[in-house]
Amino acid sequence: MAASSSAQAGDALRWQRIRTIENPWVRQGLAALAVVYLAWSLTTLEINWTRVADGLPRAVNLVLRMFPPDFSRGSLLFRGTLESVQMALAASFFGMILAVPIGICGASNLVPKPVYLAARAFIILSRTFHEIIVAIFFVKIFGFGPLAGVLTLLVASTSFISKMLAEDIENMPPGQLEAIRATGASFPQLLVYCISPQALPRYLGVSIYRLDANIRHSTVVGIVGAGGIGQVLAASFSRYDYDFSLAILLTIISLVFLGEFFSNWVRNQLR
Amino acid sequence: MTASQHAAKHPEVWRRFSPRQTLLRYTWYLGVVAVAVWSISALDVAWFFFLDAHVQALDMATRMWPPELGYFRKVVGPLIETIHIATLGTVATVLVAFPVAFLASRNTTFNAVTWFIGRFILVASRSVNTVVWGLLFVAIFGPGPMAGIWAITFRSIGFLGKLVAEAIEEIDTGVVEAIEATGASRLQVLWIGVLPQVLPVIYGTTVYRWDINIRESSVLGFVGAGGIGIVLYAAINQFLWQEVTVILIAVFGVVILSEFVSAAVRRRIT
Repeated sequence: MAASSSAQAGDALRWQRIRTIENPWVRQGLAALAVVYLAWSLTTLEINWTRVADGLPRAVNLVLRMFPPDFSRGSLLFRGTLESVQMALAASFFGMILAVPIGICGASNLVPKPVYLAARAFIILSRTFHEIIVAIFFVKIFGFGPLAGVLTLLVASTSFISKMLAEDIENMPPGQLEAIRATGASFPQLLVYCISPQALPRYLGVSIYRLDANIRHSTVVGIVGAGGIGQVLAASFSRYDYDFSLAILLTIISLVFLGEFFSNWVRNQLR
Repeated sequence: MTASQHAAKHPEVWRRFSPRQTLLRYTWYLGVVAVAVWSISALDVAWFFFLDAHVQALDMATRMWPPELGYFRKVVGPLIETIHIATLGTVATVLVAFPVAFLASRNTTFNAVTWFIGRFILVASRSVNTVVWGLLFVAIFGPGPMAGIWAITFRSIGFLGKLVAEAIEEIDTGVVEAIEATGASRLQVLWIGVLPQVLPVIYGTTVYRWDINIRESSVLGFVGAGGIGIVLYAAINQFLWQEVTVILIAVFGVVILSEFVSAAVRRRIT
């Protein structure tokens, strides 16, 4: 207040930009830090600049070799895409089911502390590691193929949906909970009559969103051999079949677009 | 008719749904289950793998424990590289995503064609996973962090651009009109009228994406695009499971830390 009034006294007509960080020292200090960081990171990274300079003609070459996209191996493309979609569907379905108990266990207002901590530990642990790391372990345990992919997506979906569900339950107003408890309801009755009506719309919305995310992720777990279109894509890349790669990429883009469209449509219906 | 007789004849059982709603609901349930069953059965899952899964898992767990603690020193370098890839990629993203977001929002784009181009860039960027972008850029720039930075950038443009474009579509048009009324050029309107309004969204989304990018860049090395993924992939391929444990612990620590930092920054901004 004091600063603005003195500024007004100085030159009343001067317009001042609205700043997110008001203190100029902090603002410029952060900018200086950013510059120092950029300099430091660019010098420590081992970037082979001559190789990077070669990149431009290579990129042109790559793009030239990608066109026109080669859709001639349609059946391979179709099977891979179908497998990805099936992996996404199966993982979303079982993820939805598994997320309910874990989500309930992760809500601090419903369960005792040790159960809460165990559920939260699972959620944090599986959220931290990228799908591909999880996929590698499942490939080691279950062998190559879509099973490892489904399990990977299943872990990711479960932890995502259960995290959202747990937070939703924790944010519920305590009134309804107390009211149902006061009628002498048992824990299962509490879940059916108090929690589920309040949590259901958002839970369904999150699950549908996850289906769409699973379609996106199912295209990539194949890179480490966990099935789906990603496996076909990685193979085409390693064989330098770039025109086929572009066909796969275009298929993935349209698939993701459709999935997103479907997910938005369903979520609008739910609202 | 006494009250109890009446109650017996006309049971007033409270029902939440009408029969029609119930039928519709069960049709939905049936449909969802049918889709799930179809997708599982069509995948031709090799169920016998489940038979020895617990043996395999136990075997791996015993090989992974205890972590080879001396290996931590060798992990620090790749770990810093991972953070650099994520950060530089995010910085580059902001520079590119911002103009694309202007193209992709209805109220700042030039015409239908530029709007469509903007939207297409956003969708294409988001549809292709970071690792797939990594494959592409390793083919272009050769293995190394440069490919990783590009991969992170190309994937994040769609994420950041989409959210910023949505924010631009919801800005206060009064401010924009006021600036236009002063005779400002188009660029000045964007710079003074639009940008300050969406800046908090840009900051918040950027920090959020940075934290996601840390996680993404931890696996970019699997396709040769630099970072700790290279070390992890090498350790896995050489069956050095105790080193794998060390790397996983390191990745876990960094990801948790970045998530914490990002959440703290976002709390300050919004």
